[in-house]
Amino acid sequence: MDNLADLSVSLGRIHLKNPVLVASGTFGYGEEYQDLVEAAQLGGIITKAVTLEPREGNPPPRLAETPAGLLNSIGLENPGIEVFLKEKLPKLRKLKTRIIVNIAGEKKTEYLDLAERLGRETGIDALEVNISCPNVQKGGLVFGTRADLAFSLVKGLRQATDLPLIVKLTPNVTDVTEIAQAAKEGGAEALSLINTILGMAIDVNTRRPKIGAITGGLSGPAIRPVAVRMVHQTFQKVDLPLIGMGGIACAEDALEFVLAGATAVAVGTANLVDPTVSLKIIEGLRQYLKKGGIHSFQSLIGTLRV
Amino acid sequence: MEAERGLVRKRNANTHPKRCVRPAQQVSERIGYMYQVKAKVLSNEKLSEAHYRIKLEASQIAKAARAGQFVHIRCGPGYDPLLRRPFSIHKSRQGRIDVLYQVVGKGTGLLSQKRRGDQLDSLGPLGKGFEIEPAFKKIFIVGGGIGVAPLYMVAQEITRVGQGQDVTVLLGAKNKELILGKDEFERLGLEVTIATEDGSTGYRGLVSNLFQEFILSQTSLSVAVYSCGPVSMLRKIAELSRHRGFFCQVSLEQKMGCGLGACLGCVIRGRSGYLRVCKEGPVFDAKEILWDNLGL
Ligand SMILES: Cc1cc2nc3c(=O)[nH]c(=O)nc-3n(C[C@H](O)[C@H](O)[C@H](O)COP(=O)(O)OP(=O)(O)OC[C@H]3O[C@@H](n4cnc5c(N)ncnc54)[C@H](O)[C@@H]3O)c2cc1C
Ligand SMILES: Cc1cc2nc3c(=O)[nH]c(=O)nc-3n(C[C@H](O)[C@H](O)[C@H](O)COP(=O)(O)O)c2cc1C
Ligand code: FES
Repeated sequence: MDNLADLSVSLGRIHLKNPVLVASGTFGYGEEYQDLVEAAQLGGIITKAVTLEPREGNPPPRLAETPAGLLNSIGLENPGIEVFLKEKLPKLRKLKTRIIVNIAGEKKTEYLDLAERLGRETGIDALEVNISCPNVQKGGLVFGTRADLAFSLVKGLRQATDLPLIVKLTPNVTDVTEIAQAAKEGGAEALSLINTILGMAIDVNTRRPKIGAITGGLSGPAIRPVAVRMVHQTFQKVDLPLIGMGGIACAEDALEFVLAGATAVAVGTANLVDPTVSLKIIEGLRQYLKKGGIHSFQSLIGTLRV
Repeated sequence: MEAERGLVRKRNANTHPKRCVRPAQQVSERIGYMYQVKAKVLSNEKLSEAHYRIKLEASQIAKAARAGQFVHIRCGPGYDPLLRRPFSIHKSRQGRIDVLYQVVGKGTGLLSQKRRGDQLDSLGPLGKGFEIEPAFKKIFIVGGGIGVAPLYMVAQEITRVGQGQDVTVLLGAKNKELILGKDEFERLGLEVTIATEDGSTGYRGLVSNLFQEFILSQTSLSVAVYSCGPVSMLRKIAELSRHRGFFCQVSLEQKMGCGLGACLGCVIRGRSGYLRVCKEGPVFDAKEILWDNLGL
């Protein structure tokens, strides 16, 4: 039993048995993958976004592929907090892994309401505050692109709940570290980066956009270098644990983020390609530690040589 | 063949439980399992200018598959195309499944290059299939082009559980060379009528028009229609069926992500809101679909 290398990490108050999470929107509410992935093996599950009211989402088609990438415009389709509490959370609670609930809204009061209600529930380990969705008309993203709004939102949330707050940042800004710093000052305990990059694809035969909402969020291997760069920049400037994501499809990809400064990683689009990829990544990280004679994963974080 | 994992999945396979064909116990044995396997290619045969048939060794999928369900196949190891590709299960027997496919782009292009012995990462069986109801007196199976793929298992199931219903198979294609699967239906003892757009064989015109002619003389009220093909065709079949009060199920397509109901990427418009083709479908009751604004 010599390969029991310690993969556990801490994101502020959130302790993970291993650093591999599944990213919001790509793993549903945990139940969809249960035939194939034993949740207890994962570091944690970040749920699909939950909003106060049900949202029907954007008109289809909602997906288009680009080289090594995926454009989506799901538009935060979800059944709303009522149904989430009644139908999804009881099932999530049974899973032996960390449960991080992704919340989104158009107005500050919606976020605060959500946080208060979720804060009263058991079985939730943290909230991931989505201020970065490019697929909604109003709100949401605007909190992620203005430092003053990000600060006041996070500060409000900090008062609304005791749950650890992870703020999820958008890459669609000039300087991500400004928003990151504002989120920290507001009371964030960790940061997730990155959400999808605003993009577009056109069918030249029909001259129509390939997705119904015209623009969408780009994810997948194509965006990984952008994401790694943003993790690196944020790690340099902001003293908070980071969850790195964007195009992770194998252990090596995950390690790039860790060396750049991420404490944990989240796997998104790759789940759609291979539902068991996160388990393979965990095994790959274990092998990497073993090969390098490294005893603790934590000791790797931010050890980029420059 | 290596199974990665497969546990019971309580899929909501029957929206009309009273129409359920088999005793409940037997049903739960056969439906509700999903597997991820490395399926070995047994053969990959070119059938026409555009069509291929690939045979895969995938015993768990084969055993669990029901008519109308699909497999989600990774066509290549790289990132372009990135996503899996969904294909109807054309046949399943003795540890094998067959897929009939048409080469239209990168994924199907890669698939056409697979050789005997290659392995394909396959996920399945997925989605909700056709509800085969033996109580109907008259059954129409209507396929357009590659849309014939999921219908063979419908015919197979009807001939297996049926009570000697009158089954009519109508197949349409652009021309004589592109007709798929005629012999297979005939081997089940069913009569097949062909429509070709260029009239090179059989009825000249669209298979939906052929269907329209067939139902003119149809007096029975106990009619079920199972169909797959281009949307324009399905829409016509659905409208004609609704008009006559036939039970009509159609298999639809949409660009897919996960294939398991998690990403919400594959929706189309239904009367009750957006429906996931991979989960609530790909087979839908035709009355559930908002044909005017599908979002394809
Ligand atoms: C549930 C389900 C079952 C299916 N079953 C089958 C099946 O049994 N056999 C089969 O051949 N296909 C089937 N399809 C369609 C098949 O999945 C697509 O043809 C395939 O994904 C195309 O992948 P590609 O990479 O080759 O094409 P892409 O590179 O993705 O697309 C190339 C071009 O072809 C167009 N295109 C995409 N799909 C189609 C299509 N179906 N017909 C015509 N043009 C298309 C695209 O718009 C694009 O312009 C099914 C789809 C679904 C959702
Ligand atoms: C289909 C899809 C749905 C998503 N839904 C959400 C969401 O509801 N909330 C959110 O914060 N991020 C959402 N994301 C963004 C991912 O969580 C992740 O930040 C992004 O896709 C980058 O990682 P990846 O390249 O590994 O997918 C979604 C991404 C995809 C592809
Ligand atoms: S493809 Fe992901 S929900 Fe249907």
